[in-house]
Amino acid sequence: MNQDSKNASKSEDSIISICGMHKWFGDFHVLKNINLEVSRGERIVICGPSGSGKSTLIRCINHLEEHQQGDIVVEGTELTEDLKNIDTIRSEVGMVFQQFNLFPHLTVLENVMLAPVWVRKLPRAEAEEQAMSYLERVKIPEQVSKYPGQLSGGQQQRVAIARSLCMNPRIMLFDEPTSALDPEMIKEVLDVMIELAESGMTMLVVTHEMGFATAVAHRVIFMDGGEIIEEQPPKEFFENPQHDRTKLFLSQILHH
Amino acid sequence: MTKSFNPQSYEPGTHPDLPPPAITTGLIGWIKTNLFSSPLNTALTLISIWFLWQILPSSFHWLFTGAVWSAVDRKECWAMMDAPRDGACWAFIRGSLELFLYGWYPEPERWRVNITFFLFGAAVFGALRENIPGKKYWLMFAAVFPFLAAWLLFGGFGLEPVATSKLGGILLTLVVAVTGISFSLPLGIALALGRRSRLPVLRAICVIFIEFIRGVPLITLLFVASTMLTYFLPPGSSFDLLIRVLIMVTLFAAAYIAEVVRGGLQGLASGQYEAADALGLTYWQSHRLIILPQALKISIPGIVNTFIGSYKDSVLVLIIGMMDILGLGRARLNDPDWLGLAPELYIFISLFFFVSCFAMSRYSLSLEKKLETGHQS
Repeated sequence: MNQDSKNASKSEDSIISICGMHKWFGDFHVLKNINLEVSRGERIVICGPSGSGKSTLIRCINHLEEHQQGDIVVEGTELTEDLKNIDTIRSEVGMVFQQFNLFPHLTVLENVMLAPVWVRKLPRAEAEEQAMSYLERVKIPEQVSKYPGQLSGGQQQRVAIARSLCMNPRIMLFDEPTSALDPEMIKEVLDVMIELAESGMTMLVVTHEMGFATAVAHRVIFMDGGEIIEEQPPKEFFENPQHDRTKLFLSQILHH
Repeated sequence: MTKSFNPQSYEPGTHPDLPPPAITTGLIGWIKTNLFSSPLNTALTLISIWFLWQILPSSFHWLFTGAVWSAVDRKECWAMMDAPRDGACWAFIRGSLELFLYGWYPEPERWRVNITFFLFGAAVFGALRENIPGKKYWLMFAAVFPFLAAWLLFGGFGLEPVATSKLGGILLTLVVAVTGISFSLPLGIALALGRRSRLPVLRAICVIFIEFIRGVPLITLLFVASTMLTYFLPPGSSFDLLIRVLIMVTLFAAAYIAEVVRGGLQGLASGQYEAADALGLTYWQSHRLIILPQALKISIPGIVNTFIGSYKDSVLVLIIGMMDILGLGRARLNDPDWLGLAPELYIFISLFFFVSCFAMSRYSLSLEKKLETGHQS
């Protein structure tokens, strides 16, 4: 697929480059002509009304969804049908889900150690040490032998973040990480994400937490109807949106 | 009204936990809620007690106090009772126990059967028991046990060969059931995964296999095994009837297990697959570590249900002339010494199946409880 189409022009520090990408769910054209360059260390917040394709876009980056047209190049590896490329990209890209998706039959520590042991082939002792250090970083070192079902939503999401970080990813994708949380737990997850942002991680975050966007994002992308409508630095995005649809969306989420 | 029933007497935030009213807990509470909660319920309880009062004493007399436990034939049994058939003649079962257990297995070689039974117990115990030292070695032992048992029972490699037609009774029942159960689980899992595969050819093969086997009665498959299979095989090739039957029983159970496991796989939230994929686990890694442990846990009731079903279905082999416990028992009923003792025989066989099936059922319940980690993803 697209083997002979020309590679997207890559600036030196470009870590993700998406060029003319389209995706359909059956007959439904869910992503239309997406072009996006992400440079190393850049933090992007993607927002938009539900059904606008924002989750689908970031899920295409680690091939949880398959795109049908255009190119996606991650860290110099082009996403094709080739399973080897997909596995390479997935081990470089961490993902945090709205529903946490921890493995309920494994303890917190086992959840976090699993991929380093099986994918990175790390020795157990080393993986455990690394897992503990990340669990400390997300501030749950004392819960390691519990099962996910015994933790609160906020704690589960922080474990999920630690689980992704343990693979030492170059890029982190966040798919509405706080949408399934009770209000009093949103802050503890956002704090972890802000700390991660300060460490220089490349992040793509689908969220409606505009405070988070203002605090850490370099760019805010607004999507609607499967298209990127507008992309701006957060200050301009919130203070001076260009498109009517962006203005409408902002008025809906900010004034209620 | 006492003070404890008046919430106003506590400052906000200081209300203590009070014990529940005595009538709702304990034995009295249980009896009241379960047996006498309404007039209809009370009537049903009284009728049940009356009914039990009518049948229990006479049943108890027939089964135990009036029963004869040792005699050489039924006439001696009758002679020892107040009236013929006044009690059960358990002497019949006692006298036939060896036949029921070993079938026609040659007497000097029966130590091999005993060792097999013993090793079977050890394998089951070691494989199912949690927190046992050297669990890994127990599992390895359980995995090689079927082959070890085959060697012990049928000989070769230094042991006197014993023809498979010598197998009968409980030994045959267990050979058929244990083979069916232990080989159908891995085969069923493979079929379930194949049916969900992305490869169209593999998927089609699995679907056709499952639907064909499920759509045909087991007896038909057994007749195919006993008679028709010889037409399909190259002329001159013969392979043992018992092996043909074991293959059919295994395939039959596997088709059912496959559908049960597929249900478990579909019951899993798609987020589990996505999280495993997103971490970079390969297909086999994610199935071994994430998907199957959870899908099989969901499927335990269905899997054990299928196991119990195929265990009891093993008696169908008597239709193609193999003498399992039921077949052998029925043949024994025609023995002039023990004519007409059908109730004793069927009670014994029922008890045998009930005990083993009930044990499987209880084990599966305890397994479900143990694997419960308090989270439905």
